[in-house]
Amino acid sequence: MSQTTAVHGERISLLRVLGPGHVWALGVGIVLVGEYMGWNFAVGKGGALAALIACWFAGLLYTCVAMIDSEVTSTVAAAGGQYAQAKHIVGPLMAFNVGLFLVFAYTMLEAANAITLGYLVQTVGSMASFPETHDKPFIVLTIVFLAWLNYRGVYATLTFNLVITAIAFIAILVLFVAVQPWNNTLMKHNELLTGLPYGWLGVLAALHFGMWYYLGIEGTTQAAEEVRSPSRALPLGTMTGIITLLIAATLTWYICAGLMPWEYLGQAVTPLFDAARLTDSRVLMVLLFIGTIFSTLASANGCINDASRAWFSMGRDRYLPQVFGAVHPKYRTPYRSIVFLVPVALVFAYFAPLDQVITFSILAGLLEYTFMAFNVIMFRQKWPLGSIRRGYVHPFHPLPAIVLLILCAATYFAVFLGYGTQLVAMLVFYIIASLWFAFHRYKFVRRGAQFTMPWPKPAGY
Amino acid sequence: MNNFQLLEYAAWGLSAILGLWMVFDLIRTDRTYSEDILNSSREGEIEDALVIDPTHQGGQR
Repeated sequence: MSQTTAVHGERISLLRVLGPGHVWALGVGIVLVGEYMGWNFAVGKGGALAALIACWFAGLLYTCVAMIDSEVTSTVAAAGGQYAQAKHIVGPLMAFNVGLFLVFAYTMLEAANAITLGYLVQTVGSMASFPETHDKPFIVLTIVFLAWLNYRGVYATLTFNLVITAIAFIAILVLFVAVQPWNNTLMKHNELLTGLPYGWLGVLAALHFGMWYYLGIEGTTQAAEEVRSPSRALPLGTMTGIITLLIAATLTWYICAGLMPWEYLGQAVTPLFDAARLTDSRVLMVLLFIGTIFSTLASANGCINDASRAWFSMGRDRYLPQVFGAVHPKYRTPYRSIVFLVPVALVFAYFAPLDQVITFSILAGLLEYTFMAFNVIMFRQKWPLGSIRRGYVHPFHPLPAIVLLILCAATYFAVFLGYGTQLVAMLVFYIIASLWFAFHRYKFVRRGAQFTMPWPKPAGY
Repeated sequence: MNNFQLLEYAAWGLSAILGLWMVFDLIRTDRTYSEDILNSSREGEIEDALVIDPTHQGGQR
């Protein structure tokens, strides 16, 4: 039985049920896995001190990102986050590209998390005398289970994220207290910090993986159409999220750099779990293993949420086929976008090597941050303070935008040092996609309907 | 067959069940509702819109 038409006024929208805690869980949930693994490759690039400097610089980069994002998204409160911002402030071609950056960054990160989870289960199998354990069933289960959870509703999805992210964060705090930072019984910073083995070039190279401490915090904006109070919840959730991550990143570096020599730490797969093993405490080992699993799950879960919202928003504006703009009448989720992205994530998780998947995710994120710096400058020029209502006004404008651009440029160079081919390949891909959009797809876009914010005309127009 | 092989089969089985559940629900939803209604979401709507949900009886008016 088919209900053929919508009666006047009948609409199905995404469900506004989320609070600041869910926004925090979305942002920190995506990122916290970077503390459990990945950040330490920065140690391999330039030593432990270089990783600390990278942690600070990347922290500065992401503080700029969080401040800029909080201001713009508290005004452009729409699913799609930076895509919707680009559409209203810069224009359709930029919006199309930003939408692709978002979907790529999150889907690749989701695939990387699923690969990691499969690896962890395989490791447990090997430790339990089953060396022939396969990772593939657990990779597939991770992606399908979390997609199913996302399909069934945003409230349960992000409440689940809130619980597992909080446990993973508390595990880091417990480990920090357990290693007794107030004395030198376990911590050996005096012996293990050996300067900069590759000099300042190593510090620059470390920036590539230094991003891993915070990559994804900007994903909070994707919840804009599902929070009860966007102008309050988004800045609050995002800013508390970046503060949480700055604390977690610093503690993680302090614990690991004080327990392991940089030569080992630089290539460890699960540095925080390894740190727990070095304490000889079974309780800590179990806690940090659970933290590792939970942080991985939370990240993949948040990525599915964000990638599907970005894809959904592009479908709704007909930047992509309109079928992706559908909302489930019962669960109020972008169900077709969620299902469509499942095989995409599975293909990358099944066939692509982990470091390539991570690098493509970092590159997509980096392109997005570069856009954000230009975006906020244009936003303040076109709609100066006082011309529209803002939920949050970030301080010292345009300094954060300039700092963000400088740090992005340094990080591009760092990525180019290690993955120049991928950087060029990705840029070529976006140029081809842009040509397709400009010459083929744009004629389908709802040109008038895509601008939905009740703003006055921009200054100078 | 060891415990981990059982876990692997369970993971495949659960993945198949959840995946099929999503596909069946997607098809059922698409056949129950018109495209007009499914695609009726608009960006920037602050107020919760009227929702129809005849099949599941869980909607609000």
